Amino acid sequence: MWNFLKRLWWIIRRPSAYFSLGFLTMGGFVMGIIFWGGFNTALEVTNTEAFCTSCHEMRDNVFEELKPTIHYSNSSGVRASCPDCHVPHNWTNKIARKMQASKEVWGKIFGTINTREKFLEHRLELAQHEWARLEANDSLECRNCHSDESMDITRQSKRAADAHERFLFTGEKTCISCHKGIAHQLPDMAAAEGEDHAGLLAPAHGEGLLASTRSYLGLSSD
Amino acid sequence: MKHLRLAILAVPVFLATAAFAQNQVATLRNTAPLDQQGEATQIPGIVNTDIRQVRNYPDQPPLIPHKTDNYQVDLNSNKCLTCHSRTAVEVSQAPMISVTHFMNREGQTLGAVSPRRYFCTQCHVVQTNARPLVENEFVDVDKVIDYVKTQQGGAD
Repeated sequence: MWNFLKRLWWIIRRPSAYFSLGFLTMGGFVMGIIFWGGFNTALEVTNTEAFCTSCHEMRDNVFEELKPTIHYSNSSGVRASCPDCHVPHNWTNKIARKMQASKEVWGKIFGTINTREKFLEHRLELAQHEWARLEANDSLECRNCHSDESMDITRQSKRAADAHERFLFTGEKTCISCHKGIAHQLPDMAAAEGEDHAGLLAPAHGEGLLASTRSYLGLSSD
Repeated sequence: MKHLRLAILAVPVFLATAAFAQNQVATLRNTAPLDQQGEATQIPGIVNTDIRQVRNYPDQPPLIPHKTDNYQVDLNSNKCLTCHSRTAVEVSQAPMISVTHFMNREGQTLGAVSPRRYFCTQCHVVQTNARPLVENEFVDVDKVIDYVKTQQGGAD
């Protein structure tokens, strides 16, 4: 092994005997364009809705839930697709997120959420990852479209205007603090409550309520 | 003879059909003929003024003065309670659900929302700006009391 590395190093260090400097420079330049372009194109392909929904885990669960919401269907026809909210837009952060996503490839290979039941079981954990990510980057992916400078609160309902004035513009809260479940259904919030008391719209209705409602309806409280 | 009998039988059927065609009984599908697709009416807008509406009798469930599109109220979460619950109103400044929502069927007040009051839209509804199909003859409870009093000649 060591000998092989030494040999490799020797080959790389050796000046080229047959190819001209011009060929090597131009060749390196052209190949650089091809490889870099190819890399970015492949990256962009993984950044499309068609790619996300090519797996049934996404298509049958979260994508179906997105469809009736305002981010999929609305009066003006402007629409957010999966990567608009779930992948950072600037390059460094995007690559970082893509590297994280290798965990998701692992999950896909081993079928971590390959049935509806398994998905529901993991839904809280998955949602909490996204909430934590958006809390940490001050809801950057929301703000890529919704900027608070362009937000004319006089055109909002009084309720919305008041809330944005009190919490958004003062920086006390960020978008996701209140707007959880805006594009997908919420997981069992009774289980999430312990970690999430601060949010305005975070559930604050007592831990026993969901469980007691379940038992009232004769459903098992799991 | 046979033809005559048939003709006699056919007369009431024919008359009824003619009468129906003339009457044009208005239904929810309006006057569009049965074999044709009627024109869809516009979906009415939801009243989103945030102004509380009058209650027509004291124990009427208050109307919702805002949109509730896509509000998730199920066993996982209750979107309404994220503003209207006891602990949320300080932040949200929304009206708190009344104490009756904490009572069980024996009238005993519990610590948390009673499960039978959990599904908000069973009683509380939004209003739309749709034109009423028929005139509403509902009379406010005060007017009913006034009417009863006048019928009794002013005596209580």
